[in-house]
Amino acid sequence: MEGTVSHKKPNYAAIFWALFILTIFEIAIANMPFAKVAVVLLLVFLAIVKASLVALFYMHLKFEKFIIYVIVLFPLFLAVVLTVMVLNDRMPTLLT
Amino acid sequence: MWIFLASEIMFFTGLIGSYIVLRFANIHSWPVPSTVLNIPLTAVNTFILICSSATLVMGLASVQRGYREGLQVGLFLTVLLGSVFLSIQFHEYHELIHDGFTISSSIFGSCFFTLTGFHGAHVLAGVIWLTVVLIRSFLGYFSPEEYAGVEIVGLYWHFVDLVWIILFTILYLI
Repeated sequence: MEGTVSHKKPNYAAIFWALFILTIFEIAIANMPFAKVAVVLLLVFLAIVKASLVALFYMHLKFEKFIIYVIVLFPLFLAVVLTVMVLNDRMPTLLT
Repeated sequence: MWIFLASEIMFFTGLIGSYIVLRFANIHSWPVPSTVLNIPLTAVNTFILICSSATLVMGLASVQRGYREGLQVGLFLTVLLGSVFLSIQFHEYHELIHDGFTISSSIFGSCFFTLTGFHGAHVLAGVIWLTVVLIRSFLGYFSPEEYAGVEIVGLYWHFVDLVWIILFTILYLI
């Protein structure tokens, strides 16, 4: 980062079209007559794929050092722990 | 910059976590988002934000090749698309409030306006920051050897795009 990157450039146009097509898929899936659980799981999966594409290629996370992954992923881990704990507190029957 | 983004990740994941908890706690009374929100309009807005990330990254690639005009075009288009995103969001808010869907009308309303409002504030900050970078590029700053200012604002802008990708899915589609 910071003006010293010398890695091979990602194909930004390909990433753009991938994001574009995945968003169309998302909207189509949201209107499909599938089971609600299947629709939710598919949409969450697609959102994670799109977010990962942006982080890895547009934000160049793919070319960063391991410590940057730790900085990015640790708060995500804390947020998941917090959400699961509060959910467990609110609705013990949901998770047990 | 990554440390700052880590704090932003905690901020937005905290809000999203609260949304998930509130939604599960009110699962039977939660409205179907498509009955309240304008999904087609927001889909267009999502495309606009995705396009803005592409124009910014193309601008960065241009300055890395020593093509400053390409950087200026990329930054200008990004500022323009960011402004259009905000205008559409403002229009969406106006329509929703006119229809009685406000921040205090329901838990969904509180979650919706809190999450999209904070995201919109981040977009506004990004548009202002990008405008400053655009002006600096016209003043002769940035070259193939020194483009850190563009890369740092790019990290912020792509993060804002990334957050919207998640918000669009959980608030509008699910």
